[in-house]
Amino acid sequence: MLQYAWLVPALPLTGFLVLALTASRLPKMVAGTIGTASVGLSMLAVLAIWVQVGFSPLPTGGYTLVLWQWMNVGGFTPTISLYVDHLALIMMSVVTFVSFLIHLYSHEYMEDDASYSRFFAYMNLFVGSMLILVMAANLLFFYVGWEGVGLCSYLLIGFWYDSADFDRAARKAFIVTRIGDTAMAIGFFLLFNALGTLNIQELMHRAAASWTVGQGMAVAGAALILGGAVGKSAQFPLQVWLPDAMAGPTPVSALIHAATMVTAGVYIIARTHVLFALAPAIQLLVAIIGALTLLIAGFSALGQDDIKRILAYSTISQIGYMFLALGVGAWAAAIFHLMTHAFFKALLFLAAGVVIHAMDGEHDIFKMGGLRKTLKVAFWPFLIGSAALTALPLITAGYYSKDLILWEAWSSPQGAWWLWVMGIVGALLTGLYIFRAVFVAFFGKPQRVVAHYPKGRVVIPLLVLSFLSIVGGFVEIPPNLGDIDAFTTFMASVLPSAQGAAEPTPGLILAWMQIAAGLVALGSIAIAAFLFARRAPLFNMLARSRGGRALKQFWAVGCGFDWVYLRALKRPYRRLSWLDRNDIVDSFYTGVAALTRGFYYMLSATQTGRIRWYAAGIAAGMVTFLALAVWK
Amino acid sequence: MVAIVPSYGIWLAGILFAIGMAGLLVRRNIVFMLMCIEIMLNAAGLVFIVGGARWGQADGQVLFLLILALAAAEVAIGLALILLFHRRYQTLDADAASRMRG
Repeated sequence: MLQYAWLVPALPLTGFLVLALTASRLPKMVAGTIGTASVGLSMLAVLAIWVQVGFSPLPTGGYTLVLWQWMNVGGFTPTISLYVDHLALIMMSVVTFVSFLIHLYSHEYMEDDASYSRFFAYMNLFVGSMLILVMAANLLFFYVGWEGVGLCSYLLIGFWYDSADFDRAARKAFIVTRIGDTAMAIGFFLLFNALGTLNIQELMHRAAASWTVGQGMAVAGAALILGGAVGKSAQFPLQVWLPDAMAGPTPVSALIHAATMVTAGVYIIARTHVLFALAPAIQLLVAIIGALTLLIAGFSALGQDDIKRILAYSTISQIGYMFLALGVGAWAAAIFHLMTHAFFKALLFLAAGVVIHAMDGEHDIFKMGGLRKTLKVAFWPFLIGSAALTALPLITAGYYSKDLILWEAWSSPQGAWWLWVMGIVGALLTGLYIFRAVFVAFFGKPQRVVAHYPKGRVVIPLLVLSFLSIVGGFVEIPPNLGDIDAFTTFMASVLPSAQGAAEPTPGLILAWMQIAAGLVALGSIAIAAFLFARRAPLFNMLARSRGGRALKQFWAVGCGFDWVYLRALKRPYRRLSWLDRNDIVDSFYTGVAALTRGFYYMLSATQTGRIRWYAAGIAAGMVTFLALAVWK
Repeated sequence: MVAIVPSYGIWLAGILFAIGMAGLLVRRNIVFMLMCIEIMLNAAGLVFIVGGARWGQADGQVLFLLILALAAAEVAIGLALILLFHRRYQTLDADAASRMRG
């Protein structure tokens, strides 16, 4: 099956081609089925690869499938080639599986949309690009997928393009991620220039062989790749695009946040972890960015009233945890959290979609209420997703992955106590903001009638994802609770352990940390219940005070980053471009335009509208040609 | 019957054609413009006649008959157009119809 691995990205791309070329001429049922089935078949192809890997393990160093040579220019010979190892396999499984469920959900959810076929075309392209990104064997092909998901996020965020706001959100997402992409492209140029190849595995070997720890080139390369990852994964300071990306339809948000796009940054850092290990300063920066982001986003999520924006900030915050894990060298823990996060974040978004449909497009949680009884089909999945997000001890997937990250943040050689503290404060915020949404939207008095109940194709993904949000974490259980390490063992062939060779026996301290993390999770839910379910008088007083209102406003705008960027970058830039409107380079182009316009006026002047002039023109032409014929 | 010197006939046709074209370009009255076109057509016909006489073949006269029929049809359509033109613009000045100016 491995030699057919190209089917995995090819199937969704074929689906895209069929849907794009038929241009909405197919009946809705057929278009949606093509879109869903192409991803479903891709998922089956991944499953077949799993079966084969089960019988005969992958060769050490992964399996490379060269499809063809792209070009051959002066020793630069990038190939279109795919690379499958355990890391790529996990990513492929998560991407195809979660995407398939989201497609199945959209099959029903988007039924009333006029551009149904276009929606599935974009979604397929999105999944196909993400699979290229995950499976690419060299950085150039990787970049194709990287830009592909950027393009698709633009197309899908601006899916309802007749609204100026949505259009602006789409452009914002594209431009902000572009800043990171440019840094990343420069990083690739640098690496190719220094090491002479773009093949990822080859590149890592050469880097490890020829560079010492902390060498300038390694630091520069890692920093530039980090720049790209920060943009795509919406980390500080480029996180501003993701909350606005909620303009797209809800399944798109689920796809961007769970399976594709934002996880790409985590993946590329894990993929090039050798390079980051060579640049400890940059690796520390990764951890700091992650820790800062998870706090900023956690506070911002507390200030949101829009259910989707709460989830958006929560994604930024959870990706922050993954960056924290990458920064302390816990590569496998980051990918583990990526996987469990994909399950419960997709679940939360899909459940939120059901709520929004039921509320006739209402996003404000304070205009909902009481949905616990009237909309059970959304309540239970949302509750399970929230519990997993809060890392409710023992019973949820999120607990095992987040616990592993917190443990590594403390105990790994690159870890530090203050990183752990930031992580645990973030965990407290997580419980607060998500259960604020749960208590406000699902408890209390019903405020609106439920307008729409979902049917099978929406409910099945919710059930499957609910199940996985609970059991998905049981592949990796800490030593003192059951000691299962299937995930890290599986990853060990690609990603080294954070602790190095001498893994310390986790003693009492691990147990204390687990108790602390568990108490924080439970405590945050209790505080949220006290503050938001009961609407405690103390809270109301605080919320109505001047300071409380100002703080809420500050959080509501995402800690003011847009405000800062507007004043620090956008306005000065616009001012500069206004000052520069008469520069010398432009005068050449305006000159070309003026010349063309001059010719236009001359030609237009010959069209007098008087028939005698035309006759004269014909006569003059005839005389000229006769003269030419006679005298040559 | 005195034989026609072909070059004289060609010169005559050329002069007629030039007169017709000059009239077409100079006159603004659309009826006169139509008449000038007729002169040009006949000048062309004369060339055919002269050619036929020069080589002693009937083809030239046949083609002249064809031109004659063409001219008749053209005059019928042309006069109808002039009638419509006059009705719309209340004038016979060809320059009045210049709405196609670019």
